[in-house]
Amino acid sequence: MWKLIKIEVFKIFKKPRTYIAFIAVWAIVSLIQIAIYADGQKYMDFVLKDVKDNFLVIGDPLNGYFVCFVILQTLLIHVPLLVALISADMIAGEANMGTLRLIVTKPQSRTKLLLSKFIASSVYVLMLLLWIAVIGLFLSMGIFGTDGLINAKSSEIILINANDIFWRYLLAFAFAALALITVAALGFFFSIFAENSIGPIVATMSVIIVFTILSTLEIPLFEKIKQFFFTTHMIAWKGFFEMKENADGESIPGTIRNLPAVLRSAGVLAAHTVFFVGASIFIFKRKDVLS
Amino acid sequence: MSHRFYILRTSYCVLFTSFLLLLTSAASAQLPALELVKKVKAKLDKVNDYVATGKMKTDVVFIKAPISNIKAYYKKPNKFQVKRDGGISLLPKGGVSVNISSLLLTEEYTAIDAGNGTVDNQQVRIIKLLPLNENSDVVLTTMYIDEKALLIRKANTTTKDNGTYEMQMSFGKYADWGLPDKVVFSFNTKDYKLPKGITLEYDDGSKKAELPKNKKGRVEITYSSYVINKGVSDEQMK
Repeated sequence: MWKLIKIEVFKIFKKPRTYIAFIAVWAIVSLIQIAIYADGQKYMDFVLKDVKDNFLVIGDPLNGYFVCFVILQTLLIHVPLLVALISADMIAGEANMGTLRLIVTKPQSRTKLLLSKFIASSVYVLMLLLWIAVIGLFLSMGIFGTDGLINAKSSEIILINANDIFWRYLLAFAFAALALITVAALGFFFSIFAENSIGPIVATMSVIIVFTILSTLEIPLFEKIKQFFFTTHMIAWKGFFEMKENADGESIPGTIRNLPAVLRSAGVLAAHTVFFVGASIFIFKRKDVLS
Repeated sequence: MSHRFYILRTSYCVLFTSFLLLLTSAASAQLPALELVKKVKAKLDKVNDYVATGKMKTDVVFIKAPISNIKAYYKKPNKFQVKRDGGISLLPKGGVSVNISSLLLTEEYTAIDAGNGTVDNQQVRIIKLLPLNENSDVVLTTMYIDEKALLIRKANTTTKDNGTYEMQMSFGKYADWGLPDKVVFSFNTKDYKLPKGITLEYDDGSKKAELPKNKKGRVEITYSSYVINKGVSDEQMK
């Protein structure tokens, strides 16, 4: 199994298209960093437009932690598309090249083969997130320095102390890994039905786009069903940047406001992943491989 | 004979009563409002600069912030800066004058005596200050001055741009300098709203209570120590 995983990881990182995602992430992160460096104050003024008239901001809100928050917020909508490029190609790509029939004739079970391919695409997801962490968090901390974080929500502003942020990012990245692995599982699932990777890639992207739009629309009809969309739970990493309050309404550093809800979202994502991978194995084991 | 004695006795009584009344009124004579304000200002003027260490608690309905450690820097005549240790703070704009010296910064005002009152069970004189400068942002300041200790225990300020805010001060070991141990700053807040499409909000499924509108905000600063007249550099004021 370990050998199979290594082979699959090698195959992923041998393809030039794999690096498109890393370049795209670098480009997006750099553009955000340049934009905030050059004109971040205007962005902050917009975020704080309703409080700027009455309040003075003490400290440096345009710091590395805030930049990383913006980057994560932006990227975690687009990175799933980059993940789909690889995961949706895992089986369909082999079928397209005509090598799928060859590898299923090798003396290992189809379950092992599929699991190794899925684990390899998860390794790709983790590498991509590590890359985002390096350039999005650590590089931003180097360029912009560190200070407290302003988490501007629709009806409240959460201020987090500088020494209470880093561990939240570690958890947020771990959660983002789980969310992107779910996307990888979806792409992987579509991949077993096609003999060309374009179809599964487009299908995965379409599902994510449609579900994301439905998740963000505030229409009563969708309010009840959006809890069932995995895209609704993909942004639960933001829950790590909210704090509990005591009876006097003071935020308590080192706490997470609604940890059970975040864990529930993690559970929903994990369940989706298990379902997609399980369904892929179930179907693929019974599939007549002709290509 | 007895009639003359009666007139004499009555005259002495009237004279004695008048003398007593004179003594009482002399003892309870109040300083004119302007004099009192000037005395308070003279007391505050002993402080050229200070660095104060303390804790700040923010109680604004839409701001969720932990209690923070702060340092306040003051330098004559009107430089005042609050810095927070490792974090961001939102201070109400009028709160720049959380230092009381700035309330009495200008001498161009009319002081009107508005009677007596109590603040925290302390007898105070109520003085209204009307700025003479028409361009002044401050429209009216009402001060509650402890005449004996020459301390401003409370101040209500109405401004043109920043609304009305109230400062209530408690004094302790730095009362001789006119510096408070605790300042409670109350002000009106506006509503805060950002579109959910921009914030990409995470909905944890919990029911959220409707935030009260136009609730008063409060910022409470409790100072633990002051370093007075030891110099504050311009670098620290940045």
